Amino acid sequence: MTPAPPAGAPAPAPPPLALRGAALAYGDRTAWSGLDLEVARGEFVTVLGPNGSGKTSLLRAVLGLQPLTGGTLHVLGRSARRGSRAVGYVPQQRLVDPVTPVRARDLVRLGIDGDRWGLGGRRHRARVDELLEAVGATAYADVPLGLLSGGEQQRVRIAQALGSSPALLLCDEPLLSLDLARQEEVTALIDATRRTTGTAVVFVTHEINPVLPYTDRVLYLAPAGHAVGTPADVLTGEHLSRLYGTRVDVLRAQGRVVIVGGDEHHGHHLEEAS
Amino acid sequence: MRAAGLLPGALPGWLPGAVDDGTWSRLFSFEDYGALLALVQNSLVAGAVLGLVGGLVGVFVMQRDMAFAVHGISELSFAGAALALLLSADVVLGSVLGSVVAALLIGLLGSRARDRNSIIGVLMPFGLGLGVLFLALYPGRAANKFGLLTGQIVAVDTTRLGVLVALSAVVVAVLIAIWRPLTFASVDPDVAAARGVPTRALSLVFMVLLGLAVAMAVQVVGALLVLSLLITPAAAASRVSASPVAVPVLSVAFAVTSAVGGILLALGGSVPISPYVTTISFLIYLLCLALGRRRTRRGWTRRPA
Repeated sequence: MTPAPPAGAPAPAPPPLALRGAALAYGDRTAWSGLDLEVARGEFVTVLGPNGSGKTSLLRAVLGLQPLTGGTLHVLGRSARRGSRAVGYVPQQRLVDPVTPVRARDLVRLGIDGDRWGLGGRRHRARVDELLEAVGATAYADVPLGLLSGGEQQRVRIAQALGSSPALLLCDEPLLSLDLARQEEVTALIDATRRTTGTAVVFVTHEINPVLPYTDRVLYLAPAGHAVGTPADVLTGEHLSRLYGTRVDVLRAQGRVVIVGGDEHHGHHLEEAS
Repeated sequence: MRAAGLLPGALPGWLPGAVDDGTWSRLFSFEDYGALLALVQNSLVAGAVLGLVGGLVGVFVMQRDMAFAVHGISELSFAGAALALLLSADVVLGSVLGSVVAALLIGLLGSRARDRNSIIGVLMPFGLGLGVLFLALYPGRAANKFGLLTGQIVAVDTTRLGVLVALSAVVVAVLIAIWRPLTFASVDPDVAAARGVPTRALSLVFMVLLGLAVAMAVQVVGALLVLSLLITPAAAASRVSASPVAVPVLSVAFAVTSAVGGILLALGGSVPISPYVTTISFLIYLLCLALGRRRTRRGWTRRPA
């Protein structure tokens, strides 16, 4: 399941992310438990599941913002801690007031040293340019964030997340509110990034199809349990029916996957089916 | 109409030209200007220092969308100052206490903008009401009362100036120390939290700084018009630039121009200082708005397709 390390890779280092028997509960409500997942260098893991299945909590746990209620979680062999520079974070696009005085390059720079005290000088300018270049955002480096389109903002956010050269890139619904072409563009960029930098990707999303071509493995979090495996293994009617505890059909048409059933009130089923 | 009739005691009686029948000469009269200037030296220094603090703090007020909070804090600052006046305590101390308590309450109770606005909406009239009560009970000169609401130029004696400068130094020093993480937490709170920036603690520290800045602004422009030094300059600056260096620099320049310019103009008239300050800062804003429109049309949004 895990892709073989590229030829000539250095001696095995601790994996970017390793969860063993991990569990998270709020009071008596368990989001997930017994979660075992080891994400390899450069691997693309897509996290799917209905709302409330604990996808965001998983990211918060990896970021060290949410303690586990059981098991262990290691980033590069060390316990997850707040503010780790080994983890980059790409959030969903959100509206920014056009007069907010922050330009694309300022946002990227905050990703490099925004957590340090003081004013900060003119250092990092070259590094910021390099990051913007890598995501193809050079043309609008000096444009205020609020004047950028959704797709442009997400490019800048990816550059920001790469600022600390993370071993692990967490993407929290980065495609939300983007149109289909932009979704595919942003996903392709994240894929290209992991191939060039070797950063592992954990990608939480409701939109399966833009991500599917790049996904090495899927982590599916569902009300009655979870599953880890290749998309072909996990995204089957039989498998998902078991996870949801109700009948779920997985339809494949024109290279796209549509999941029908499960909890009709939540998640990607409705969006994908429409 | 006599000056004292409309705005009792807005200018102390010893000022020549304070009572004059022509409206124009009430607004602008520059007899004995040199002598006046020497008398208000402290006020000018206070105005400049206040411009520095207001301009810097304003940048974050804008980023954090807290204009309404500034207004709410200034009303409670007024209540604190009025209470101090009534108790014959130090007015600066009273207004500092009032505004820091208000700022902390707002910071603790309303971390989200919506909660925050309703809390401010509840606190503000209560504070203003208390202030009115304390002033009504205060038997002393009316000049002191109205100065709290509309500002006064000559109230800054050397001791008070010392307090203002010391407070400003503290505010500016702390602000510089937390500048980067506070910027991060203000413009990009989710990612800042993910990167381990203590967003909540920074928010509370900023509220205290904001409280101090408001309390100082109340001393010069009065509680009703604090926004003209804490919002307008930063808002004007962010109309013409988005650079993290240019915005604070311009904001400070605008705020100092408004405060000092307002004091200099107010010297020549017999109406309170605040209309001069607010008008200058408003005119600067209009100018920046026009420049910014042009810039947005021409430059910011144009890029290779």
